[in-house]
Amino acid sequence: MELAIRNVRKEFERFAALHDVSLDIRSGELIALLGPSGSGKTTLLRLIAGLDFPTEGAILFGDEDASFKSVQERNVGFVFQHYALFRHMTVAENIGFGLKVRPAATRPSKAEIRRRASELLDLVQLSGLENRYPNQLSGGQRQRVALARALAIEPRVLLLDEPFGALDAQVRRELRRWLREIHDRTGHTTVFVTHDQEEALELADRVVVMSQGRIEQVGTADEVYDTPNSPFVYSFIGESSSLSVRIENGQIWLDDRATGLLAEGAPNGKAALYFRPHDVELLEGGAGIVGTVVASRRVAGTKHVELQIGGAQHRVEIEVPATHSAASAGRIAFRPTRWRLFSDAGPIPYQAAPAPSVAYAPAPRLQVVAS
Amino acid sequence: MSDTAIALRSAVSPVTETRAVRTTLIALSVVVMVLFLIAPLIAVFAQALNLGLKPALATFDDPDAIAAIKLTLLVAAIAVPCNLVFGIAAAWCIAKYRFRGRALLVSLIDLPFSVSPVVAGLVYVLLLGPFTPIGAWFLEDFGVRIIFAVPGVILATIFVTFPFIARELIPLMQDQGTGDEEAALSLGASGWQTFFYVTLPNVKWALLYGVLLCNARAMGEFGAVAVISGKLRGETVTMPLQIEIYYQEFRALAQVSAFTLAAVLACLALVTLMVKTWLEWRYADQLAATRSGH
Repeated sequence: MELAIRNVRKEFERFAALHDVSLDIRSGELIALLGPSGSGKTTLLRLIAGLDFPTEGAILFGDEDASFKSVQERNVGFVFQHYALFRHMTVAENIGFGLKVRPAATRPSKAEIRRRASELLDLVQLSGLENRYPNQLSGGQRQRVALARALAIEPRVLLLDEPFGALDAQVRRELRRWLREIHDRTGHTTVFVTHDQEEALELADRVVVMSQGRIEQVGTADEVYDTPNSPFVYSFIGESSSLSVRIENGQIWLDDRATGLLAEGAPNGKAALYFRPHDVELLEGGAGIVGTVVASRRVAGTKHVELQIGGAQHRVEIEVPATHSAASAGRIAFRPTRWRLFSDAGPIPYQAAPAPSVAYAPAPRLQVVAS
Repeated sequence: MSDTAIALRSAVSPVTETRAVRTTLIALSVVVMVLFLIAPLIAVFAQALNLGLKPALATFDDPDAIAAIKLTLLVAAIAVPCNLVFGIAAAWCIAKYRFRGRALLVSLIDLPFSVSPVVAGLVYVLLLGPFTPIGAWFLEDFGVRIIFAVPGVILATIFVTFPFIARELIPLMQDQGTGDEEAALSLGASGWQTFFYVTLPNVKWALLYGVLLCNARAMGEFGAVAVISGKLRGETVTMPLQIEIYYQEFRALAQVSAFTLAAVLACLALVTLMVKTWLEWRYADQLAATRSGH
């Protein structure tokens, strides 16, 4: 089932939770809505489900306008952060609930409902727990039951609201892999909400980065990580450093020093330079950006060095090899190898850095890639 | 020696008081309980059986007493279901929705608690009496008397016992939120299915307590009913009123009748308590499940 969200706006008592959001979701894709709390991601999910209705705009299920259809008519599977299992029903009854409440004409027989429930329990790897009550299950098991219950109604779309938010880190990682497997096996179009970027980048085919009721960027894990299109995405996903710089005739200046970075065709004026701490090369001599080491900490195989540049105005963090001598004190000169400029008006077309004279090649980093 | 002292001290939980304090506190509560709860109950039965079993049983030969018992049961049988419906509806609105005037509704529900029952009865008399527009309309068009008649007694009882069920349900329903209902709806359940399969089972214990409290109060209500009923013997007199009538008669036999009826009322209350305790014992596992569900 393809979904399309067209210019949706949602207000709660004059407070706008979503401003003019548009998004196309492909059939069979696993897509993540990622953002900090208050970014409107859960609101968007609830609008898709029909648990809330848009103030403006439309939500399409395939070609059909579902904007004002009730949640029952939309036939979506919804998984809640706090499971919302029916506590007075057994696991099997919980899973069979969606079938039991169907009108008599389409309701399967009791035996059939029971068979479907145990089939789904197999799928979520909880066979044998049919007669347990929710309070006799662990958090991870409860969320599996909740998913089985949502799948039981053969939904057109599967929607998950921070499905692993209430679980501890270990269980979370396991369930993440398991959800991916279930998705690949069942092929449902799946939308899930998370504030955990690692979860989104690892699990989803595409990630929708949201902030303050707007979609900032939509793309694969690689795209949002490697080519963030706004300062927000740069700083929200992964680590980043920024410097306020000045562009003059295609050259980037930091205070009164040329950084050696070129921004051909960029308009003159102030801008913000963003780069990842590991996308830097160290330079000998006085070229590039020079900073004084303020602090350094060891992170796994590398050292993170905090630099103060040009008085107290700028602080950035860069990554250097653990063995680097200047890491503990003194001055370091560096140049970002991948970077991006943002002016107040928006991003400036992406500029490749001049062919670097590699002083040191950054240690190969483990990159999370969605398969 | 000092070692054992340390061991003993460390065995005592830091939140436990010393033996002397504990004994005093327990003794105090036992005394209060006996004095204020158990002694009156015994006194009621003792007074009822003061002249032996026969005079006590003779109470039930008095048609007024039988009428009072019947009326009390009738009033409870109507008032409790009414308040069951009103209470659930009010609690549902308040706990699951946000709307204008919600705070006002919450205070309104408490009104019967804060208003003296006598005042409540008087208000109904002033509002629905035969010489008021509403009362006259009922009397002329339908031939129904409300004040100094059974409908008035029922109305007053409904008013006085209104908060019990709603008050019991509101905090629980608020605590449970709307997550379960949303889950049921997303699985395709209709509004009524959601209510009967999900909402109601989630609150059934609170509902039971509410009904028991409401019932006890409905049978025992005196003030409002006294004002509104006109105390017509054999017609609008409920058990508490009949008890008072007997008690005012200053005949030895009437005294016995008063306490016999009081004993019946007390027994009804005791039975309710026993039913509640039995249900709690019988469904202990279910109760535990609904309480620690999340």
